[in-house]
Amino acid sequence: MNESKIILKKSLGEWFNMMTAGGYRVVGPVGQDGQIDFEPVTSPDAVRFDHVQTNNSGKWVMFPRYEAMMRFRLSGKEVQAGEIPPQAPPTVLFGAHPCDAASLATLNAVFTWDSSDAYFEPKLANTTIIGLSCTKGDSYCFCTSVGGGPGDTRGSDVLLTPLDGEKFLAEILTEKGKSVVGLAPQLFSAADGTSKEAALAKIPARFNHRDVTAKLPSLFPKEDVWKEQSLRCLGCGACAYVCPTCSCFDIQDERDRYTGVRIRCWDSCGFGLFTLHASNHNPRHKQSERWRQRVMHKFSYQPERLNVLGCVGCGRCSRSCPVDMNLGEHVAALAEIKV
Amino acid sequence: MNELQQTAKDLLEKNAVAVVIGYGMGSEPSLRRAVFVRKPDQAPQLIFDESCRQNLAFYVLKPEVKALGKAAVVARTPTLRTLLQLATENQITDESVVALPVGNGSVQPLTNFAAIEQYLANVPRGFTAQEQQELAAIKSKTLADRWAFWKSELSRCIKCYACRAACPMCYCSKCIVEVNQPQWVPVPSDMLGNLEWNVIRAMHLAGRCISCGSCADACPAHIRIDLLNQLLATEAMQQFGAEPGLSVRKDYALATFKPTDKEEFIR
Ligand code: SF4
Ligand code: SF4
Ligand code: SF4
Ligand code: SF4
Repeated sequence: MNESKIILKKSLGEWFNMMTAGGYRVVGPVGQDGQIDFEPVTSPDAVRFDHVQTNNSGKWVMFPRYEAMMRFRLSGKEVQAGEIPPQAPPTVLFGAHPCDAASLATLNAVFTWDSSDAYFEPKLANTTIIGLSCTKGDSYCFCTSVGGGPGDTRGSDVLLTPLDGEKFLAEILTEKGKSVVGLAPQLFSAADGTSKEAALAKIPARFNHRDVTAKLPSLFPKEDVWKEQSLRCLGCGACAYVCPTCSCFDIQDERDRYTGVRIRCWDSCGFGLFTLHASNHNPRHKQSERWRQRVMHKFSYQPERLNVLGCVGCGRCSRSCPVDMNLGEHVAALAEIKV
Repeated sequence: MNELQQTAKDLLEKNAVAVVIGYGMGSEPSLRRAVFVRKPDQAPQLIFDESCRQNLAFYVLKPEVKALGKAAVVARTPTLRTLLQLATENQITDESVVALPVGNGSVQPLTNFAAIEQYLANVPRGFTAQEQQELAAIKSKTLADRWAFWKSELSRCIKCYACRAACPMCYCSKCIVEVNQPQWVPVPSDMLGNLEWNVIRAMHLAGRCISCGSCADACPAHIRIDLLNQLLATEAMQQFGAEPGLSVRKDYALATFKPTDKEEFIR
């Protein structure tokens, strides 16, 4: 399948038009320096190609901030409930970097673990990823430490790599990729054999994730390690909410006396109330235990149980953390500890 | 070693405090992060410069930091004021924390509230010229423009509650947004939910907010929530004449009732 072609930058507008005409909603990175996010776009003119990473991830396309699932009404002693079916418009997620494309495997593993999530699955099925290789990174990027890389194709349906300011190498990787390229085949010409490697950012590896996964169970009881790392952590939801792989949610009823809507919203293991029991017992009473959970979940529990890492090294959590909790740095430090 | 580092070292050597909460190097050369210095020989980690912005008074209340023992906290002016307001609200007791005032020449440890009050008496008050300008710009907008501005700002809110987490005055162990029997604030981070969340937070801080800016600095969506708080601070000042955090007093606006109050519902 893996076929490589060339598309000129000036042809992207035409391709966007064909995708829109083909019934796709196109979502891409837009905004000003400092606040770039994935939003619906109609033209590549608005799309950013020069940023390191967006502030928020594009996971909302498959896993929105909040999602109504059911409506209910009380009349007399009767409760009438009606499902709100999932909304899954055909979507092209354009310009997702390789780490973001890789994050879909983690989300998918969680949402299809023991049963298939009726709200996630159709959105994933209807989403096509046109990835964009990274030509630059920053000190927060650590994709190469977690099995990825700035030109990694995993998760993308088409991967674009800027070869110069004018043209992109387009690797067509899946059937979905073939379909979106097939909307405007005339825009794609044969690749001239130019390798993408020279264009890619150089991201040095900070740790070996297999070693970290192997070591974490023995670090779990070392309370001092976790306490020391997390003394400055505030216990907010910023890291989880900007993260492309974080999938925790809470289900709440928004209601007045007679009617209501059942909604699921993002939640975060960083919050003190996340694990608070009705009895008032909290199994993760301290912030150090919540920080440990965040690291263990991503680098130990998920690889062990779902066979996929819970972190793709995008660095968003660290860029957004109000108190400069730097995940790459802290995991590298854990990897150094002798056990 | 500079004066701040030397002072911290002395306090630790004399066992006057168990930990000095200060600023150290962060991930990037321009970034600073909170450090918790517990050994005299770690004192050289401490930095103070323009980039040190976080209101470290937050950590004085954090259980894991409290557990380390008595703390000295590197304190810019807003942090000093926060300590006094926290004292006003019975969250910290006198002589339980040492403040190390920075940014005004010498670092002389302030070991009790009276010393902080005295120190603050000589520090200029009120909003900076830039803050005043920004506030005036918001106030001069038409209602429609003001609404459009806040709608666009608040549409980015993801309800991560980093603003609340970073704010030393947001110390409730169970915040109103988490009370769900009954549910007071709409759950979803949609327009109404975001508006109610941010307005409620601002209301709960009216007359208590120190205008340290930590909430806006913490916001991953770069929402100017500090402006909302400053607008209410101005309002509380005009209505009740009280500036928070200048002295340990027991009559701050949100917790005081007077027989002469205009509002009927209070009686
Ligand atoms: S690591 Fe940072 S973003 Fe995450 S909970 Fe702690 S303070 Fe918030
Ligand atoms: S944990 Fe941090 S670096 Fe890893 S995927 Fe999430 S946001 Fe990116
Ligand atoms: S920090 Fe910003 S995004 Fe997070 S809840 Fe507060 S206003 Fe909303
Ligand atoms: S509301 Fe914001 S500015 Fe006011 S005290 Fe809290 S963190 Fe500081």
